[in-house]
Amino acid sequence: MIVGERKPFEEIKESLRGYKKVLILGCGTCVSVCMAGGEKEVELLATQLRMANKLNNEDAEIKEATIQRQCDREYIEPIMKMIEECDVVLSMACGAGVQMVSDFSELIPVMPGLNTRFIGVADGEGSWSEKCRACGNCVLGEHAGICPITRCPKSILNGPCGGSQLGKCETDPNRDCAWALIYDRLIKQGKLDNIINIAPPKDFRTQDFPATQVNEAYVKAEMEEVHSQ
Amino acid sequence: MKAGSNLEKVLESGAFAVTGELGPPQSADPAVIEEKAKLLKGYVDAVNVTDGQTAIVRMASWAASLIALREGLEPTVQMTCRDRNRIALQMDILGISGLGLKNLLCLTGDHQSFGNHPQAKGVFDIDSIQLVQMVKNMRDDKIFQCGDEMSVPPSLFIGAAANPFADPFDFRAVRLAKKIVAGADFIQTQIIYNVDRFARWMEAVRQQELHKKVYILAGVAPIKSAGAARYMKNKVPGMDVPDEVVDRMSSAPKGEAKQMGIDLCIDIIKQVRQIEGVAGIHLMAIEWEEAVAEIVEKAGLLPRPKL
Repeated sequence: MIVGERKPFEEIKESLRGYKKVLILGCGTCVSVCMAGGEKEVELLATQLRMANKLNNEDAEIKEATIQRQCDREYIEPIMKMIEECDVVLSMACGAGVQMVSDFSELIPVMPGLNTRFIGVADGEGSWSEKCRACGNCVLGEHAGICPITRCPKSILNGPCGGSQLGKCETDPNRDCAWALIYDRLIKQGKLDNIINIAPPKDFRTQDFPATQVNEAYVKAEMEEVHSQ
Repeated sequence: MKAGSNLEKVLESGAFAVTGELGPPQSADPAVIEEKAKLLKGYVDAVNVTDGQTAIVRMASWAASLIALREGLEPTVQMTCRDRNRIALQMDILGISGLGLKNLLCLTGDHQSFGNHPQAKGVFDIDSIQLVQMVKNMRDDKIFQCGDEMSVPPSLFIGAAANPFADPFDFRAVRLAKKIVAGADFIQTQIIYNVDRFARWMEAVRQQELHKKVYILAGVAPIKSAGAARYMKNKVPGMDVPDEVVDRMSSAPKGEAKQMGIDLCIDIIKQVRQIEGVAGIHLMAIEWEEAVAEIVEKAGLLPRPKL
């Protein structure tokens, strides 16, 4: 999932200064699961803003709404009327959601309520960690399902470097060395040969331009259906 | 001969090599390099000029190397992958060779979070092993990383680093083998205080006969005080400082710690010299270049060969 973190309250308040009708728009998928931008967080933030406004004698109407996904037009379209009745939207989605809502609202500014952090997993109750940099050229197969690009701070493809000691990374004694994890698991799998040869430099062309992806078969089927009607 | 550098000649002659280290200044002042060079000249076969070590902005390694060369030292330019992508690295490799510098040590580099610009974006487009391979392919096959050919290739004696004190221990000699396959001509190790562990690592190296394929220079450095020993033991990543070293430094009478550090360094040099497969030492008297002459002399490594 995409893991996000709510921006500091003061920063949010500052970004909404001067607006009289504010819509706080939550997102019901990733950021809801990581407890940053779902319905509950929207409610909490709205309450905080109303209290702050009261204390400062500022009158602004704070509205709340949460949709299933802000990265999908079919969920945004039904609330367009609500968006158009406001003079600013505070989107509690990831960066993708903020941009999608902005594309629809156009004249109405959309402020980000979160900092989008990473693609990750839930390690336990209330804690998440980064697992994927979306490099576009997956190397997990050779590396026992542990990503060196994401989890090694130097993204080394021929690790572990000289800073790996007792399974920890030199950058932080609390951080596991990704390459120590890779090495240990490959030993267990009897696949150490995977890392005996030199891994060549990575092809970063997958990261050069904003990426797009089209499912040709799906698009074709849709087109055919439209034509047949 | 790969590049015909003094270091290469010394190693090829079978003499026990001595390399030093010179950290460029955090300023544009050439005098700092000139002064350090004076303290090293005649005591080392080549001197490593660091490339923004610990991710602190300093004079560029190739530029400081040129100043050291002017002062009569043979520089080993250090090159890290932290600040430059493969395009910039190759441009610098051509320039370094074009300027007449002959040794190049290839490193991944200290992470930017250690330095004085932790906000910087780390590049790490390639890693140290890929860098070694890229330099070798440029030198021997006249090809750039992309495969394009060049007319005049760089002429460089290629170095790489090894840390016998890093983990997993069993993989350390394997990783060294990867660096050799990539094209390393010489290896400089992390500073050795735990001679036993270094000896075990060398055993693994000899088992694979890696010492016959690459020159291994054992890293050594004098310690200034018991406090410095404790700091290295507890705070410096990748170091292995046994308690007995800290105890020995602590036992020094007041005012004699520095001499104790120098004596300890000489002891370690004498011990590693006895280990089969060690082709020389890499003496890192960082910000203590004054100690180099005494250490090299008392370790019985003078005069340096003139080839």
